[in-house]
Amino acid sequence: MALLLLFAIIVINILELNGILIFDVNTRGMLDFEGADGRFALLFTLVVNISTFAFFLLSARDMEKVGLDYSDYFALIFFILAGIVLASSFKSLLMLFLGIEIISIPLYILTGSSKRNLKSNEASLKYFLMGSFSTGLMLMGIALVYGATGTFQTDVKQVFIENKVPVLLIAGMMMLLFSMSFKVSAAPFHFWTPDVYDGAPTVFTSFMATIVKVASFVAFMRLFEDAFGQVQSEWKLLVSIIAAATLFIGNITAVFQQSVKRMLAYSSISQAGFMMLAVYAMNADAREGLILYAAAYSLATIGIFGVVAKMNDLSFDAFNGFAKQEPVIAATLVIFLLSLAGIPLTAGFLSKFYMLKATVNGGSIWLAIFAVLMAAVSVYYYFRLIQAMYFRSGTVAVPQMSQGFRITMITIAAITIILGIFPNILTNWLYF
Amino acid sequence: MLLTQAGLMGVFTATDALLFYFFWELALIPVYFLCSGWGGEKRIAVTFKFFIYTFTGSVLMLIGLLYIYFQTPDHSFALESFYAADLERTVAGRTQTLLFWILFIAFAIKMPVFPFHTWQPDTYEQSPNAVTMVLSGIMVKMGVFGVIRWVLPVLPLSAYAWGDVVMSLSVAGIIYASIIALQQDDLKRLIAYSSIAHIGLMATAIFAETKSGFQGVMIQMFSHGINIIGLWIVVELIERQFKTRKLSELGGIAQKAPALATLLVIVALANVALPLTNGFIGEFLMFNGIWNSGVTSYRMIFAAVAGLSIILAAAYTLRMIQKIFFGNTNNLTAMAHDIRVNERVALSVIVGLIVLFGIYPQPLLNITNGFVENLLREINVAPMFSK
Repeated sequence: MALLLLFAIIVINILELNGILIFDVNTRGMLDFEGADGRFALLFTLVVNISTFAFFLLSARDMEKVGLDYSDYFALIFFILAGIVLASSFKSLLMLFLGIEIISIPLYILTGSSKRNLKSNEASLKYFLMGSFSTGLMLMGIALVYGATGTFQTDVKQVFIENKVPVLLIAGMMMLLFSMSFKVSAAPFHFWTPDVYDGAPTVFTSFMATIVKVASFVAFMRLFEDAFGQVQSEWKLLVSIIAAATLFIGNITAVFQQSVKRMLAYSSISQAGFMMLAVYAMNADAREGLILYAAAYSLATIGIFGVVAKMNDLSFDAFNGFAKQEPVIAATLVIFLLSLAGIPLTAGFLSKFYMLKATVNGGSIWLAIFAVLMAAVSVYYYFRLIQAMYFRSGTVAVPQMSQGFRITMITIAAITIILGIFPNILTNWLYF
Repeated sequence: MLLTQAGLMGVFTATDALLFYFFWELALIPVYFLCSGWGGEKRIAVTFKFFIYTFTGSVLMLIGLLYIYFQTPDHSFALESFYAADLERTVAGRTQTLLFWILFIAFAIKMPVFPFHTWQPDTYEQSPNAVTMVLSGIMVKMGVFGVIRWVLPVLPLSAYAWGDVVMSLSVAGIIYASIIALQQDDLKRLIAYSSIAHIGLMATAIFAETKSGFQGVMIQMFSHGINIIGLWIVVELIERQFKTRKLSELGGIAQKAPALATLLVIVALANVALPLTNGFIGEFLMFNGIWNSGVTSYRMIFAAVAGLSIILAAAYTLRMIQKIFFGNTNNLTAMAHDIRVNERVALSVIVGLIVLFGIYPQPLLNITNGFVENLLREINVAPMFSK
């Protein structure tokens, strides 16, 4: 049922991208679905919907194992999707706040949905406290920005007296920067991420680490491009420092992890660092790159989590000899890991390439060099999994995987490679 | 294996920087799987080190290529645009230095040039022999080729400025590798260190920037490929028969396998660059180039020190031959049998090529002549200083 509904949403999305409107709603200028910015939102929503579709195909069975309220989980995920639509297409700061809240609250519930598990409860409480705190910061920031500019709309060009930016605006902007960094788990605001991702049931970690993170990034990008694009010089340095710190902390800590799930949590932090480069660079390449990154990263990580969610033992050694018993799945996992590491021929490489291109063009070659060195570090922990699967022997307690699961994994792997050779399939929709 | 070949062909034929990078990385993955699947005992850690080391270099190169892309007049990755970017005039000196080093590091790791060579002996030792042939015969040429095609013409001023540093590093590497080769017990590691020495000479000759130097480098790329593959074939044959590669455990094989001994001695002498072999042509031209170099004032020192390498090469090669083939047979080699017909054919082809190009290298020289002239014109920075 949920699959059918989602499929319908995807079809409507594609139609809207082509100009055929099914629901015409007057949003009084608060949400933006026409024009250049609107296509960005529509395209991103399409990517999110397709990723969620893939997520359902792969992991819906595993959701049954989490708790009793099976149908609630689907409903909550749809609420989150609604929030994502709001957060990626906002033209008013109020909509941003609404969107972020609608994303976060069902997520708090989903994190704690394994009610008998102590870690799940702890993760949910941590997430709730940190998330509410950051939302409070966001509200304060919005209020300050309203005080400085007099409007909630982000597309109104500000005129400053004598070209001096009012301190109120800068203070509000900083607060918004910090609260959004919380949401996307950028360093040094990332400390909640490993515990929350580790404690949540693996199925929902899969959803959180990919779709929600990417959506928060799009909101981030949209906010800083529309609202604060004029005052770039104020926050560009700060964003570059945050990006560098995120890359550093995410990658270095991931190297030392012994559990695949925690490693993937830290890997999501390091990928977030790469996506921050798009926020730093703020040009056309960055936008295309962000969409491509969203697609590549979501699909690859959902694929990997699809398998991890089925395993009982989550350490690296549990994957020893995986390739001998499940060669097809192991091959698709290799493609996903290569994509995350940034090896050419995969979509992950092209998305990293767009990010680096945007950064070099945006002015800082040193940040690009640092990002690339950290990407080399990331190769280590992604390849550890490949090594365990192919080159170490052991018997794996292989979970039951249906034929449909395999077909979906192969399809996602094929999409990853196709996007790696023809990214235009996705990015052209931004313009046509 | 075929995937590796595809990647390598792509690297050499790409005239677009992005494609070049694409194929450069693509060649790595199959090698990783080949080495990790079928190599020696320590293969997993060693191949991992190789992969990450090389990958780091390549992604740095990516940044360099991206930066130059933005400086090209028509925002294109094509080779001609890179040449037309005229970076000496548009980019500050410090940035040029940065670009030169991040581009060169990728190739330096691949070649490998002295401080970045630590991955090579281990990887050559642990990889299966067939993969070693591809690695040393072709993949290191990727590095040399990359410098000639992508670094020198695009950043000629930096190549001129930093040429001394690179040449010193390479020459130090030659002597260092040759001395270590003298001490080696394992046959594969010995040949690996010898390869570092040869490539070091090529790197030195590249930065000497003379016509005979470049011609020598290109001929040596070809000859070194042939010679080293010949050497690896012999290693494979020995390993198959005796299950050991240690020099101390072998000896006196020539008594039982004269054909193998003859063919090997010729290949090994080609490695030493004996006249009448193709190795000699390449090395002579390179030494000529270094000695007559117009871009460095230390040319005589470099040439003399590099010349030491010939002596050292002779030393370790002859030691290797003597230890394996001559002397007394021991328990292991007493049961040796001579090589079969197909192996003889394979080795004879190599020996034939060695001798043929040793006596008549003119066709190769003709092919490379036009390119070298163009290259020299591109990298000529003298007009900048004569204003």
